[in-house]
This record gives sequence, C-alpha cells and structure tokens, in this order.
Amino acid sequence: MTIQQTLNSFRTGPDETGHFGNFGGRFVAETLMPLILDLEKAYTEAKADPAFHAELTSFHTHYVGRPSPLYFAERLTEHVGGAKIYLKRDELNHTGAHKINNVLGQILLARRMGKTRIIAETGAGQHGVATATACARFGLKCVVYMGAVDVERQKPNVFRMRMLGAEIVPVVSGSKTLKDAMNEALRDWVSNVEDTFYCIGTSAGPHPYPMMVRDFQSIIGKEAREQMLEREGRLPDSLVACIGGGSNAIGLFHPFLDDASVAIYGVEAAGHGVASGAHAASLNGGRPGVLHGNRTYLLMDADGQIAEAHSISAGLDYPGIGPEHAWLHDTGRVTYLSTTDSEALEAFQLLSKLEGIIPALEPAHAIARAVEIAATKPKDHLMIVNLCGRGDKDIFSVAEHLGGME
Amino acid sequence: MTTRIDTRFATLKAEGRAALVTFVMAGDPDHATSLDIIKALPKAGADLIEIGMPFTDPMADGPAIQAAGLRALANGETLHSTIDLVRAFRASNAETPIILMGYFNPIYIYGVESFLKDAKDAGIDGLIVVDCPPEEDDELCKPALKAGLNFIRLATPTTDEKRLPKVLSNTSGFVYYVSITGITGSATPDFSKVATAVARIKAHTHLPVAVGFGVKTAADASAIAKGADGVVVGSALVEAVRKSLDADGKSTAKTIGAVTTLVSEIAAGVRAVKK
Repeated sequence: MTIQQTLNSFRTGPDETGHFGNFGGRFVAETLMPLILDLEKAYTEAKADPAFHAELTSFHTHYVGRPSPLYFAERLTEHVGGAKIYLKRDELNHTGAHKINNVLGQILLARRMGKTRIIAETGAGQHGVATATACARFGLKCVVYMGAVDVERQKPNVFRMRMLGAEIVPVVSGSKTLKDAMNEALRDWVSNVEDTFYCIGTSAGPHPYPMMVRDFQSIIGKEAREQMLEREGRLPDSLVACIGGGSNAIGLFHPFLDDASVAIYGVEAAGHGVASGAHAASLNGGRPGVLHGNRTYLLMDADGQIAEAHSISAGLDYPGIGPEHAWLHDTGRVTYLSTTDSEALEAFQLLSKLEGIIPALEPAHAIARAVEIAATKPKDHLMIVNLCGRGDKDIFSVAEHLGGME
Repeated sequence: MTTRIDTRFATLKAEGRAALVTFVMAGDPDHATSLDIIKALPKAGADLIEIGMPFTDPMADGPAIQAAGLRALANGETLHSTIDLVRAFRASNAETPIILMGYFNPIYIYGVESFLKDAKDAGIDGLIVVDCPPEEDDELCKPALKAGLNFIRLATPTTDEKRLPKVLSNTSGFVYYVSITGITGSATPDFSKVATAVARIKAHTHLPVAVGFGVKTAADASAIAKGADGVVVGSALVEAVRKSLDADGKSTAKTIGAVTTLVSEIAAGVRAVKK
C-alpha cells in the first residue's frame, strides 16, 4: 500500500507512451505501428470534439437504452443478510451486454477515420454480436474472427452475427480460442492496412486500445456514481465486477479509483481452481509477460509460451488481462479475487431464483464473490455489482452442466 | 564494432552480388534434425541464417511458420535449446552470421540480460524481434546493441518517410524490408515497387537492405536481388520441411535434402544477378 500513498491519482494513466506503470505499451509489428499511431491521433481529436460525444450520447440514449438502471437487489440482500446490494444493469443494453458501449465508440471513430471495413475478435460472441450490430446500423463491412472451438460452443451467437450480415471466420490456428482469434484479427489488420479498422473488444491490446476501451466503458461507472448519489445520497462502499480482459470492470471502477473510501474488487475466473492449472486467472495464477501488444499478467509456461485458459464462461477464457488491471493489482488499489466454475453456476441459479434475473456466466463470477463479501458487511454498507451481461446465451451450456432442464 | 553480419555483407558487396538470407525454425521438426538442416545451409548457398524462436502466438506469421513453430514446441524446443542449437552449429562454423528471429515474450521470460549474454556467448550475431518497434527500444534493442549484438529492424510499406528515420535510428547489421503489408508467406510482392522502396530506404541509411516476405522461387530471388543487398527466404523452406515429413510428422531421409535443394536453387537465382 506504500505505492498507493505516493500517488496523487489513479485516474491519470496511461502515460504518453501508453504505459500504466510498467504495464501496457505498444509491442506490435512495424506494419501496425503507423496504424496505431494514426488511431491514437484520431481518438485524441475525437475525444476533444463535443460533436463526437453528442453523437455517441444520442446513440446511447436512443439505440442502446442508456442509462442502464441501478437496481436495488432487495431479495438477494435479504438472503445474504449483510450489505445492501445494488446491480448495475448493463445486461439490459441492446445486444445484452456492456460490449455495445465500447463498440459504438469505436465504430463512430472508424467512420470519422474513413474506414469502411471493420474486423473484430470474439470469444463467447458477445463482442462479435455487438460489432456486427453496429456495422449493420452504419452499413459497414464486418468480419469477425472466432476460434473454431468457440464457433462450436456458441452457435446461437454465430447465427446472430450472420443474421446481422457479418462474415464469421472460424480460426483453426493454435488453440482455436479467443487468443488465436485475436492473433488472426491482427494478421488480417497487417494485411489490410488501408481500409480496415480493428475493433478490439476488451481493455487490452496495444496503446491506445486499453485507454480508449476504458473511456468508452467508463459510462458504466459515471452513471452508477450519479445514480448512487441520487438514491442514497453518498458514494458506494464497495464495487464488484468480473474480469476476463476486464473492460466491464475498468468501466465501473475508473470513475471511483480516487475515492479512497470505495473498496474495489475484481473477480477472475478460477475455472477448476487456481491450483488445478485449469483456470483463466491471470493475476492470481500468472505473471507479467508480453502478448497482443501489451505487457500484462499472462498465463504461460517456464519458457514464456502462452498457456490455454480455462473457464466455464467463454467470455473470461483469455490467458491475459488488461494492463491497467495489472497496474491496479500491483499498486494494491483494487483487490483481485477469483471464482470457480461451480461457484459461478451456483451464483447463476441464486440470482435467477431470487431476483428473476438470469445473469450471464461472466457476471455470475462477480455475484459469487459479492455475496460472500456482502455477508461480512453491516446493513448500511452499499455495494454495486456490475451485471454486465444477460444469461440467455448461456442457458444451454448451464443446462448441460446442471444435468438437464427438468 | 564489426560483427559477422557486417563482414559478410561487405565481402559479398566486394564480390558483386546480393546475399541469400535463409530462415528456418529452431526445433522443426525436432531439435537434432533442425541442427542438421542449419549445418547444411551454408554449403547449399545460404550466406546468412535466420533461426526462428518458436512462439505459441506468432501474430505476424502466416500458416507455414505458425505450424513450424507449433511442431517445434510439440517436440520440446525452448529458447534455451535454441541457443544450444547455435552453440552446436558454431562448433563447426565460425563465419556464417546467425540471427535469431521471433517474438519478445520468451526473451522477456528468459530475462533480457541473461538472454543477451547467453546468445552472445553461443555465437549469435543479431536479433529480429517482431513485436519490439522503436517505441519500445529500451526493452531489448538498446540492451542488445550494448551487448554487442546487431538489432535488425523491419521496415514495411507502411513505414513512411517521416517514420523511416525513427525505424532506422537504432538499427544495425542490415535493414529487413518486408515487401508486402501482410503476414509471412502470403503474397508475391510487386518487384517494381520493391526496388523503389529499397532505394527509398537507402536514401536514409548506409546499412544493407535485405528484402523478404513472399520469396518462393529462384526467379523471385533474382528479381529481388537486382534491387536489394539481400534476399530473405523463409516460408518456402519451412514448407519444404513440412512436405518431407512422414504421416506422424517425423523427419524422413528426404527432409534435409528437401531444404538444401531449394536453397541451392534460390541461391543460383541470387548469384545469377551481378551487381
């Protein structure tokens, strides 16, 4: 905690070279370097342009359905018997998750830059669906890279993306999952530098992506802050969000990072348990390395070869994490916990039965730890859990794990 | 400081021809066979040798080199054993420059300082690390130069006039011009554009310029040798290795010959061009 005391603010990162402390950076091939420098310039200009923000806000209001409600989960709170639990309901957004917040920002930016072809990577398919949706809305060509393994296990989302007019490219290289989809999207970008915009789905990748995605997702935290002040007349005491790459979490956390009274918890996917080796908990079970353009915590072997992640949730199944989380972990500002597959399945059922809200498996990881933390807190403790996605996409795989729908 | 790379390019310039730079993957299809391949390369006509350091996530490589890396990893190749490979090669060859090419993470995990020391001791002359652009020079480039290794940078069609000086600033040994915007092994470059691009780079540097990406035949090599100081061939050699393997992916009696035959053909293409 000594580092924390010497910092004036946790909200000023990254520095001009794209680093959050020692993390982040721009570890990309030379072909891409001019492209990410262009992107940084275009984003800096857009960020300072009120017309850009006005357009984005208009789409948030009329297309996405923002602000998303801050909902007091009364029965869950009664059940736990501790802190007062609020849910930030980004699962009510158009397309069913927080992903659309970031995609709309990036697609509006791509249009400003005159790009006509959008590429994206996707794991569970939520970012792919959001990207395909925005591309349909703006008449842009959309190509989504998806690991062949994920194409098989996320069929409804594959169908959705095709309905929206996107081309799905199943990736058969490497481990055929999200990290390989990202490799393949980068290869596409290297090959199509003129007309193509790479819409990254999480707060990772080379600078400026981690910063840009965080900024677009920070609408979650900004709204939550105002809503809590309005409802309770004060800031929350704690925040809880799940982490794969970490975009929903950084979106909720960032506006609160300098409020020392707010305890912040990120929840990684522990799969079969961090000790088992079959997990996706980069901070709790990995170490710093360099992949996909940035230095961050990664799962890897002793030779620096990237390991496969495991999680019941395809959206958390990534062997890295956004660089800002790596820095918030090392500085101690955010506490990173983890939830196993079976704990997430229990939380999935708990929230469904008590609140009539079927969460995605990703935020079910956050719910599992939130319930545990809330139980140790007094009744006037205010907690916000980010409900970043709805569970429709997961019902079949959950049914399989629970042994049927009866 | 003069390295084996500097000496080799100077000698070939005096001879009036371009250099043939050959790329093979360390440990592909297995450690012992890849050592035999590398040992056979100079006699087949390779002037410089690039050795790929296998990595699980080679984001700038096409299917051929991706697959070669995975074959090597499946057979237990590591960065330590790749350095051993060069040490073993050096026991019988003191002249041919050796360049390791790959991605930063295995080096970062090895530890930059120990890696540079071990690489230098083993007789490695230069490094090409795809995901270390000038913006990250403090990470590896500057320490490598300090350790007496060449740091060879990639320049691409997207590297414009404004950016070239930055790319060339801490480059040594030679400049590797990537002739297409794309991944390794993908398309055949437009040779007329290559010569113009090489001239553009040479206006900014005295370093030799080698051109790669997309070279498959002796004719490709001749076309590039006309305008460049070196011709790099990689994916085609790696494919020759793959095609020589048996159904279980093991090397056969044909493996080494498959590579050396192709290298000899391409070397003839390079040497046919007098400068």
